Amino acid sequence: MNISLPALLSQLLLGLVNGSFYAILSLGLAVIFGLLNVINFAHGALFMMGAILAWMAMNYFGISYWVMLAAAPVLVGLFGILIERLLLRWIYKLDHLYGLLLTLGLTLLIEGAFRSVYGVSGLAYDAPELLDGATNLGFMILPNYRAWVVLASLVVCFATWFMIEKTRLGAYLRAGTENPRLVEAFGVNVPLMITLTYGFGVALAAFAGVLAAPVIQISPLMGQNLIIVVFAVVVIGGMGSILGSILTGLGLGVIEGFTKVFYPEASSTVVFVIMVIVLLIRPAGLFGKDK
Amino acid sequence: MKYRLTALSLTLVAAGLASQAAQAQEKVKIGFITDMSSLYSDVEGKGGATAIQMAIDDFGGKALGQPIELLTADHQNKADIAASKAREWIDTQGVTMIFGGTNSGTALATAKVAEEKKRVYFNNGAGTSALTNEACTPYTVHYAYDTVALAKGTGAAVVDRGGKTWFFLTADYAFGQALQDDTTKIVVEKGGKVLGSVKHPLNASDFSSFLLQAQNSKAQILGLANAGGDTINSIKAAREFGINKTMKTAGLLVFLSDIHSLGLKNTEGLLHTTSWYWDLNDETRKFGSRFFEKTKRMPTDVQAADYSATMTYLKAVAAAKTTDSDKVMAQLKSMKIDDFYGKGQIRADGSFIHDMYLVEAKSPAESKKPWDYLKVVAKLPGDQVFTTKAETKCSLWK
Repeated sequence: MNISLPALLSQLLLGLVNGSFYAILSLGLAVIFGLLNVINFAHGALFMMGAILAWMAMNYFGISYWVMLAAAPVLVGLFGILIERLLLRWIYKLDHLYGLLLTLGLTLLIEGAFRSVYGVSGLAYDAPELLDGATNLGFMILPNYRAWVVLASLVVCFATWFMIEKTRLGAYLRAGTENPRLVEAFGVNVPLMITLTYGFGVALAAFAGVLAAPVIQISPLMGQNLIIVVFAVVVIGGMGSILGSILTGLGLGVIEGFTKVFYPEASSTVVFVIMVIVLLIRPAGLFGKDK
Repeated sequence: MKYRLTALSLTLVAAGLASQAAQAQEKVKIGFITDMSSLYSDVEGKGGATAIQMAIDDFGGKALGQPIELLTADHQNKADIAASKAREWIDTQGVTMIFGGTNSGTALATAKVAEEKKRVYFNNGAGTSALTNEACTPYTVHYAYDTVALAKGTGAAVVDRGGKTWFFLTADYAFGQALQDDTTKIVVEKGGKVLGSVKHPLNASDFSSFLLQAQNSKAQILGLANAGGDTINSIKAAREFGINKTMKTAGLLVFLSDIHSLGLKNTEGLLHTTSWYWDLNDETRKFGSRFFEKTKRMPTDVQAADYSATMTYLKAVAAAKTTDSDKVMAQLKSMKIDDFYGKGQIRADGSFIHDMYLVEAKSPAESKKPWDYLKVVAKLPGDQVFTTKAETKCSLWK
């Protein structure tokens, strides 16, 4: 098998595009797990909701992509806050497993509802005019929209990382993760912080959903296909590690991209093979800390 | 203790007799198993069950003096679920006909169970030609289409139009393999060449990497040996990466639901082969609008075949006056089928031989009404488009 350098370069770039989605999604999961200790299985369904909201807005009201890129995360974030207030807060004291089961049930409900309305073949959504077309990079033709995906997700990931690791608000959040009671004693409203954090994590998922809408066919099942891989990314990166999930997301996207060239049959499993290896060598994940 | 054991065994024997008695009454029970929730569920899915129920209702709802019963299940594209459900239905529910839907892997597994249990097995949605070729059984009826017919239809037409060099994008399981192999045979026979192929996992979400490999092969034709959601995402990505400027896409298995979902803007000119289309004549339009009223979607060729196959089976049971599988199969293979879906006969190998259609997706300007998507390029005679006697490996047809 001979593969030219340009071919490898183009696969690297495509891997980064997919990795960007992994990064934003796993980032949201990491933030939620870090503060709430909830394994948010509904993440994929909320990602899908973001995409479908963008489609609905365009199709029924003619609202543009750019508006929805901001509006869909807000709407889904509010929906997330509702979930947290009404359901999740009752199970914080219980084992992780309950949170996982509850959010899995929510996923099935949300996906089922959309499936019964829209079917599974999906809905077509065009890239916004500004980003239509493709650029010839010499070694490949890169659709402008895909370049935007990488850029947008890097900016969002960096901003999130900065906020959590470098600001006062982030310091409260991190402290809340370590010892919520003590933080509360200092007069910080921890329950409110938790609610908003869940809303924010979920908004990230919806943002990724809108980003993905022009790239993959919007369908009620789009989240299901992605979320399992994203969970593997979180496990490899280390549960709750912000930087870990970003770097692992991008890195695994690239590795998966190369697998598609060298042995395409394995492209859907390579992430899980890596997960097994990492768990054997570093059970806490590449960037995780043993507690 | 002893008495109790005796009493227990008597009860068991009685129960056994009762279940035999129930079978002797010969109730027609159809067990329909297909992909109800995943990537193929718009091709057939619940709409398939609706079509079968329509046929049962049109038949009068009764056969051999008893109400006809329809059971449905979702196999989730897993062969083991399909096989064990079929086994359960036959063993405990007394299902007289297993009706298998989309996904070739599940179809091959179910056909084997049906053969072992001597039960009539119809299949519509699965593509693999193996069902009536090397894996043929005395109880299988493959009704709608198979990969050989798709290859001889689309493959031959594309090569004839100058598409000599091919690169395949193939779904990595029984169906994709069969479709690629059958099409390769036709392409090579016609003087074309296959430059390469790449196998993608079923239900893949991102096709861009595979498409770049296809583009690097410098082939003229991108042959999509996949179906449903995978075909949709392949075509979408091919447009996005400008593959369609250097290569022509040949969809080897395209359903009406795929075109509907992609829109004509993305599919204009897409050449493919189908067993049926709702807008062929008055009869097909009549079924189309009846189906539309119930589901708000026009039927795919598979859903139309579901109706026709159910009707054919019920007529065979009525004519044979029994649900006995061997007698029903003998009846099925000797009767003439002639309805809105197709005209022809079920051959010794279990293939329903009927005409197929080479069709092309219309341009958005040509489409005059909702669901007006296809124009017929050529009618492909059934005796030429399916496996011929010279090609068959089925021992039932030697």
